[in-house]
Amino acid sequence: MILLQGKGVSKGVANGPVYFFQRPGITITNAPASNIETERERISAAQEKSIAQLNDLAEKVRQETGDETALLFETHAMFVEDEDYVECMMDTLAEEKCTAERAVEIAGEKFAAMLAAMDDAYMQARAADIKDVTRRILNNLMGIVEGGIDSEVPVILAADDLAPSETIQLDKSKILGFITQGGSGNSHTAILARTMGIPAISGLGDTLKPELGGRMAYIDGETGQVAVEPDDITLAAFQAKYEKQQEMKELLQTMKGQEDVTLDGRKIMLYCNIGSPEDIAAVLSNDGRGIGLFRSEFLYLASDNYPSEEEQFQAYKEVAAAMEGRRVVIRTLDIGADKQVGYFGLQKEENPALGVRAIRICLNRPEVFRTQLRALYRASAYGKVAIMFPMITSVWEVKECKRACQKVMAELDTEGVPYRKDTEIGIMIETPASILVAEELAKEVDFFSVGTNDLTQYTLACDRQANDLGKFFDPHHPAVLRALKIAADAAHKAGIWIGICGELGADMSLLETFLAIGIDELSVSPTSVLPLRAQIRKSIAKTCTLELLEC
Amino acid sequence: MKKFEYTINDPVGIHARPAGLLAKAAKALDSTVTIATADGRSAAASKLMALMGLGIKQGDTVSVLIEGGDEEANAVAMEQFFKDNL
Repeated sequence: MILLQGKGVSKGVANGPVYFFQRPGITITNAPASNIETERERISAAQEKSIAQLNDLAEKVRQETGDETALLFETHAMFVEDEDYVECMMDTLAEEKCTAERAVEIAGEKFAAMLAAMDDAYMQARAADIKDVTRRILNNLMGIVEGGIDSEVPVILAADDLAPSETIQLDKSKILGFITQGGSGNSHTAILARTMGIPAISGLGDTLKPELGGRMAYIDGETGQVAVEPDDITLAAFQAKYEKQQEMKELLQTMKGQEDVTLDGRKIMLYCNIGSPEDIAAVLSNDGRGIGLFRSEFLYLASDNYPSEEEQFQAYKEVAAAMEGRRVVIRTLDIGADKQVGYFGLQKEENPALGVRAIRICLNRPEVFRTQLRALYRASAYGKVAIMFPMITSVWEVKECKRACQKVMAELDTEGVPYRKDTEIGIMIETPASILVAEELAKEVDFFSVGTNDLTQYTLACDRQANDLGKFFDPHHPAVLRALKIAADAAHKAGIWIGICGELGADMSLLETFLAIGIDELSVSPTSVLPLRAQIRKSIAKTCTLELLEC
Repeated sequence: MKKFEYTINDPVGIHARPAGLLAKAAKALDSTVTIATADGRSAAASKLMALMGLGIKQGDTVSVLIEGGDEEANAVAMEQFFKDNL
């Protein structure tokens, strides 16, 4: 047995094989190959593997969705078999004396360029197919697996740390838990794990060695323990906890369909945070009453170019329609800082958390902003969409956002496109500046939603990405809680509602404080809804005190 | 050598999927099948990308040449293939 100790960042016990995340994007170099014959064989092997994969894929989709999609994959298989294409790779190998990867890349570029140059839109579009096929051969050459997980059975995913764009592409049905070397409780892996309701442990450091790959392990996301091939005593302890966890899950099921109200009748809006339309299933199965934060970044992170209005519209509409008239708060683009997107071409910043991020990018690039707002307003016709702007510090920013909204609404009026004029507009409260001018901000908008992760970071001057700040990074700090109180008082004075959509919303130990402050809405990971509902239904709002606000 | 001419009916011409089917069909024969356009360009029917590269559109007339093997039977099979798919 090998025991590792990290920091538990998402609760729960899981049991399965450890699997190391395979990172794509190994750069292809111009370095000469040592043996051309070996490279030739590598190409042939990758070619055969690609053909087999594509034919399997075709068979699979033929059963699921029918002939049309299957034919696409079959055509792709034919591309891979094409004599000229393969000959071009082999010739390049011989001429350039390069690696198999480079030869495949050059052949792919050549044929894609040939199609792109044709005076026929249909054929031009086939260039994308060639690129797709080329990438598949390259992946097979380099041992990269789409979705990062090449395993038949679900695994405990191990990694140094995962970038947001990487977590989005993971095949989530294959993940039982996360264990990472770096990262903190606020890392994207941790947030993703909590959304999925699976255990995660971070900060394992060098003890998480690659040779643990493939071995069976139990992990406990509460204690931060990883037990590889546990002995009988440890195994029994983990299993007991696992069973208790299953019992608890069953108990929580009785909370479904119950109202979110305290014993003395104070109603709370209990909503969910989601990162993509896929998460809706979890919201509905956990009986979330709305979406308090739909992070629109997934559209930008998962793509290698600006997502189109149509693409965005479809995603927003899907969520709005699935929630059937319940509120869906969609946050506009919030990249920058720790979430980087290559094609935005943002300057490298010394201090990105204080740099050009979130609403600042949108106000600097009206076209990017306009595309998103158009998609949001168009989606508003299909449910109860609310638009939320992140990282607000000033009243003029909100006014400028609202002007952009007015402009988009006027455009849609002229085009005769349906949308809801009464679409709510709100802002994130996550900077100390927004707290200090909260009364003025409240007059401009329909709601406030507090992003506690950033509010804590900016209020306490503690980098949320740093994992060695420890006790200095304290989201329970009276300064943070007092900030909440100031914002809540300002919101209520203006007659608008205030919610919390940060991680703190699900912190049971703060529920009484939130009730005393008068928070109207809590937006949490779908898996936190039922436990929180159980807690709300046991509380008495009138007796809650502000004692945690004292120093 | 056998040869026949055919005018493309398919609205998008010899696009990816039919080209793929054609390449597959041509490979299965024991003859060498060549497709030639009116402006004198040609490609082996067994080569998918080269076929697509000819950019053959609806209304274009192509010559199909069948050489070697059982030319008679293969020409009939090819002609039927064009009628069914293109």
